[in-house]
Amino acid sequence: MDNVLQLLLPNVSQVMDEFYLSIIQTLQMVFVSGLISFILSLVIGILLVSTRKGDILANSFVFNVFDKLINLFRSIPFIILIAALIPITRLISGTAVGVQGTLFPLIVGITPFFSRQIESALSEVDDGLIESGIAMGLSPFQIILSVYLKEGISSIVRVTTITVISLIGLTAIVGVVGGGGIGDFAIRYGYQQNQLDATYVSIIVLLIFVSIVQILGTFISKRTTH
Amino acid sequence: MSASEIIRTEHVVKTFIVDKKVQPVLKDVSLSIEKGEIFGIIGYSGAGKSTLVRCFNGIEKPTEGDIFFEGQNIVGLKSYELRAIRRKIGMIFQQFNLMPSRTVFGNIALPLKHSGLSKQQIDKRITELLELVDLPDKRNAYPSQLSGGQKQRVAIARALVNQPKILLCDEATSALDPKTTKSILHLLKKLNKELGLTIVVITHEMSVVKEICQKVSVLDKGKIIERGDVYSVFSNPQQELTQSFIETTSALGSVKTLIETQSPVVQLQPGQLLLKISYTTSSVSEPLISYISRTFHVDANIVFGDIQILSGNPLGGLVVILSGQESAIDRALEYVKQRYVAVEVLNHG
Repeated sequence: MDNVLQLLLPNVSQVMDEFYLSIIQTLQMVFVSGLISFILSLVIGILLVSTRKGDILANSFVFNVFDKLINLFRSIPFIILIAALIPITRLISGTAVGVQGTLFPLIVGITPFFSRQIESALSEVDDGLIESGIAMGLSPFQIILSVYLKEGISSIVRVTTITVISLIGLTAIVGVVGGGGIGDFAIRYGYQQNQLDATYVSIIVLLIFVSIVQILGTFISKRTTH
Repeated sequence: MSASEIIRTEHVVKTFIVDKKVQPVLKDVSLSIEKGEIFGIIGYSGAGKSTLVRCFNGIEKPTEGDIFFEGQNIVGLKSYELRAIRRKIGMIFQQFNLMPSRTVFGNIALPLKHSGLSKQQIDKRITELLELVDLPDKRNAYPSQLSGGQKQRVAIARALVNQPKILLCDEATSALDPKTTKSILHLLKKLNKELGLTIVVITHEMSVVKEICQKVSVLDKGKIIERGDVYSVFSNPQQELTQSFIETTSALGSVKTLIETQSPVVQLQPGQLLLKISYTTSSVSEPLISYISRTFHVDANIVFGDIQILSGNPLGGLVVILSGQESAIDRALEYVKQRYVAVEVLNHG
């Protein structure tokens, strides 16, 4: 087994511990920043949908503030955003490197995209369902919970899948600035030291991550559709 | 305001702003709906029916005017006060609007959120309602597994779960086939009778009004152009629009087409007269045709007729060819006119 590994991955097999660690770091980054961003995006997505014109909490001021903020952050390329955020990242995380230093920029980077995705998922909920909720005498909060979120679950799962896959891509980018993870591993060994097997093995790991997320997402989405 | 009144609108005006242009949807609508009646509002699409009915439960706020629910003006109520009113007003829709991710049980239970009822009470209430709408075995089905008629029955059960005083039906049968429409209308009639439920029916189909309503208002371009109890509006429509609605349910309208296309059925010999005799009052149950032929010695050939029973009274008419001596026909015509029936001479031979 060890021989096969050495034959196939002459360079990576020398730094297996580091390789395993980078996988764990990527998982940490995706999981923690994804979870926090999911909660934030859900709130922002709900705000966007419920405050849009004609909706249950219509408020053009709140809507416009969030709408424009999202556009602003989405127009900044992620790699520039990371650099721009360094002072705030230091303030919040105490460091701008390592997994701890990547969480804040990852959250800021993915949340605007995620919020838009959630907004579009919730927009798919039929207006008629919202109207019947209003006619029943449900409060705006109950409508958000019992109609928008409940009826939007399948769409929310779908857009979350898309977003997590994008997030995996972003975690590779934070590698560039010393964030750790698979991206970091691929750049340090694969790119800078020209060890092609390190690049390929990183691709395979990312491919497996993306496939698992996609299969899981499709499965849950199907289970929540009646 | 009388105590038997449940909904009253006074000079309701509603305008929407579309592309920066002011669009009037309702123009000075005043009406009154009594407890326990089935009240129809009929009009073509765009007449403002749906907006009007949404004013009743405060989903739309009128631009001007007042709306009273059980004597309380609901215009200007705070949103939590409006929600309390809405629980006393059930509503069903053309597209049913059932929550696809919930079972039949979950859909009917939805308005009971935070009602304070225990699980057993909710269970009992839903079992009763499913019996009432005749779907006892569909409790755990999802809406996608139901037919259109079944979906509307579930929607009705959901609308009734808070024991409302009134049920608003917004084109509730327009997406259903004629047979299913009949069964839903039958159910509504039963609810009206057994529960004393007031029902407001919004529709563009005269047949629906004819089937279940006691009162009707005809809405055209945001105005009520004709109103009254269904029988009098049907038997004696004043407005052209009302007449066109009525013609959709009566075969009598087709006589004009027959004349225009010179159908052999209405071809006249010299001296003959083609008449349309419409029943306008309930008193006409005497044997009119045989009486005039016996008394005035004229032959009355019934080309076709369409007589329906509406609110227990006959409504409709006959298309008749009269032949005989000219003076006899004149006297017969005179007699028929006296007998409270509207007579229209369609053609001379």
